[in-house]
Amino acid sequence: MGTRRLPDTAPLSRLRDEDLSRLLLIRHFELTVQNLFAGGHLSGTTHTCLGQEYVPVALEPLLKDDDYVFSNHRGHGHYLARFDDPEGLLAEMTGRHGALCAGVGGSQHVRRARFHSTGVQGQSLPVAAGTALHLRRTGSDGLACVYIGDGTWGEGAVYEALNLAALWRLPVLVVVENNGIAQSTPTSRQMAGTIGGRAAAFGIPHLCVGSRDVNVIREQTAAAVATVRDAGTPAVLEFRTDRLGPHSKGDDTRPAPERAAAAARDWYLRYRDRYPEQFAPADEAQRHRMSVVAADVLARPLSRWEP
Amino acid sequence: MRGGGRGRGETVAENLNRGLHAVLGADEGAYLLGEDVEDPYGGAFRITRGLSTRFPDRVRSTPISEGGVVGAGAGLALAGDTAIVEMMFGDFVGLAFDQIVNFASKTVTMYGTRVPMRLVVRCPVGGNRGYGPTHSQSPQKHFIGVPNLALYELTGWHDSTDLLREMLAVGVPALLFEDKILYGRPHRRPGPVDDLFRAEPIGTTADGPPVMHVHPVGLPPDFLVIATGGLADRVHAALRTLLVEHDLAGHMLIPARLHPFQTEVVAPWVRQAGTVFVAEESTAGGTWGAEVAHRIAQNCWPALSGPVRLLHSRDAVIPAAPHLERTVIVQEETIGRAIREAFLD
Repeated sequence: MGTRRLPDTAPLSRLRDEDLSRLLLIRHFELTVQNLFAGGHLSGTTHTCLGQEYVPVALEPLLKDDDYVFSNHRGHGHYLARFDDPEGLLAEMTGRHGALCAGVGGSQHVRRARFHSTGVQGQSLPVAAGTALHLRRTGSDGLACVYIGDGTWGEGAVYEALNLAALWRLPVLVVVENNGIAQSTPTSRQMAGTIGGRAAAFGIPHLCVGSRDVNVIREQTAAAVATVRDAGTPAVLEFRTDRLGPHSKGDDTRPAPERAAAAARDWYLRYRDRYPEQFAPADEAQRHRMSVVAADVLARPLSRWEP
Repeated sequence: MRGGGRGRGETVAENLNRGLHAVLGADEGAYLLGEDVEDPYGGAFRITRGLSTRFPDRVRSTPISEGGVVGAGAGLALAGDTAIVEMMFGDFVGLAFDQIVNFASKTVTMYGTRVPMRLVVRCPVGGNRGYGPTHSQSPQKHFIGVPNLALYELTGWHDSTDLLREMLAVGVPALLFEDKILYGRPHRRPGPVDDLFRAEPIGTTADGPPVMHVHPVGLPPDFLVIATGGLADRVHAALRTLLVEHDLAGHMLIPARLHPFQTEVVAPWVRQAGTVFVAEESTAGGTWGAEVAHRIAQNCWPALSGPVRLLHSRDAVIPAAPHLERTVIVQEETIGRAIREAFLD
C-alpha cells in the first residue's frame, strides 16, 4: 500500500442501484436532521456527515456481520450504511418510541449488534483493540473497524491503541475520514506531519484514498481490508473527503470559497449530472422515504427508560 | 497487628494471587493485562506471579499505556470476555479515567439496554512506604458516584477469590483498591484478632460482600469506626490502646465494597454506638468518608450523638521523606487522638 493521493475529479462510474439508494438515504437523512433542528424538533446537538456518505457505503460490503464497527460523533452514515434503519436512528435522536437505545444515547451513542458509537474522540480505538483480541482468541476471521477523523489524531489514545494493535498483531481497521477540518480548526493548524507518517511509525500499512467513486474505492481498498482479516494485522485507510455542513449547528467558519470548492466536489452533484436518469428517481424515492420516516417518528410517543 | 497469627500462613498478596489464578482458571475468556505482569517478574508487587506461565495467551505484559490497556480491557468486556487490568501504581489510574468513566461504566446503560461489563481495574494504593507524591495516593474518592462503577478495597480478612468472583458477577466495571502496606501482611480468617478483639463477618450475601466486624469481645460499642481495608490495622491498634488505656470500647466495620456503600448492613451498629468515625487514607476533601457520613446521617440521624467525624490524611501532597510523610498520612496516633478528643468534647 502507498500514500498516493488519487485525483477525485475523474468521472464517477455507474453505481449499483442499491449503493446509490443507500448513499441517497444517508444524504436525505442528514438533510432531514438539519431541517428538524431548524424546526426545533431535535434537542442537544448533532453532527451530520453530509459529503462523507460514500465512505461507509463503499466499505460496507467489505465488512462482515460479525465484525465490530466503532463509530464516532459523526456516525449517522456509518450506522445507516450497516443497517437500513432510519426509523430507529431518528427515533433515537428524537427520543421517540422505537428508539435504537431508548433515547439514552442520542445522536452520538448508539449500539446495535456489534456496532457501537461513542462521543469521546479516540476512545474507541483501544476498545477496538480489545475486541480484536477477543476475535483472535475465538478463532473468528472478524475484524474491528474504527471510524475516526483527522482531528482524532490529536488524542494519545490513538497511539496507545496503534502500538498495541501492531505489537500484538490485532485485526484493527482504522478508517480515517480526513475532511480537512476539526470542528473549526483546519487540519494544517492541528496536525504536524501526516497520518501516513504516523501509521508508518508503528509499521502499520496506510492507504490514502482520494476517490469518491464507490466502485473504485472498493477496488482500491478490498485487498487492504482482506489483509487485516486474513493476516490479523492492523491497517489505516485514510479518506480525503469533505464535510459539506457545519461541525454541528451553524458553526461553519470556513470562508465561502472554501465551502463552495468542497460543495463542487460533492459526489451527489457529480452522480446527478452524469447519470440523471438513474439518479432522479432514486433521489426522489429516498427524499420521499425520509419525509415519511420523519412524519412517522415525530408522531410517536416519547421513549421510556428506567436506569 | 498483634496476636492472631497462624504461623507462616498466607500473606494478603498470596491470597490475592490465588484469587487471580482462580479467575483465570475458571474462565477461558478471562484476561489479565498490565505493565510487567508476566513471569518471572510477576508485577511490581509480585501479585501476578505464575499467571503468565500458566495462562500465557491471556496474561500479557503491556506497553506503558494505562488508558489504552484499560480501553482494551473494556473491549474484551464488551465482547463478553472478562478483563482484569493491573495499574502498577493506583496513582496512574488517572491516565485511564476516560476509559473507566466515559466508556466502560457508561456502556452498561447508555445504549438503552443493559450491557454487562466484566472489567476489574486493580489499583495498588496508599503510602507509608516513602514512594513520594505520585506513587502513594489513595484515589478512591475521585471515582465515587459514577453510575455503574463499583469500588472495592482489599482487606486483610476478605478472601480474594470470593471477592473477585462477586465483583465479576455484578456485571458492572469495578476498581479494586489494594493498600500496598497489606500485601506482605498475613491474610486473616474471622475469629480472634488478638487477646481482646475478634473479627466476624456481618451482612448477607444479597447486600454484597460481608462487612468485617472487629470488636472487643463482650463489650458493647462506645463508638464505631468504619474503616477501609488499608486503614484497618492502624484503626485496630488505636482501638486497642483506647480500650486498654482509656477504657473506651471501639468497634470497627470494614467493608470490602466502598461504593455503593452498604448502609443497611452497618446501620444497626451505627445506632447502637451513636458515635461514629469514618477512617480512610485519602487526603482531605470530597472523601469516601464524606459520602458515608452523609448516608449514615440520612439513615440513622436520630441515633447519632453528634456529627459523623472523618479521619483521613491532611490536605497536602504526600512527601517522600519518611519523617515528612508520617505528618501527612493518617496514622494510628492521629486516629487515637481524634477519637479521644471527640470524647473530651
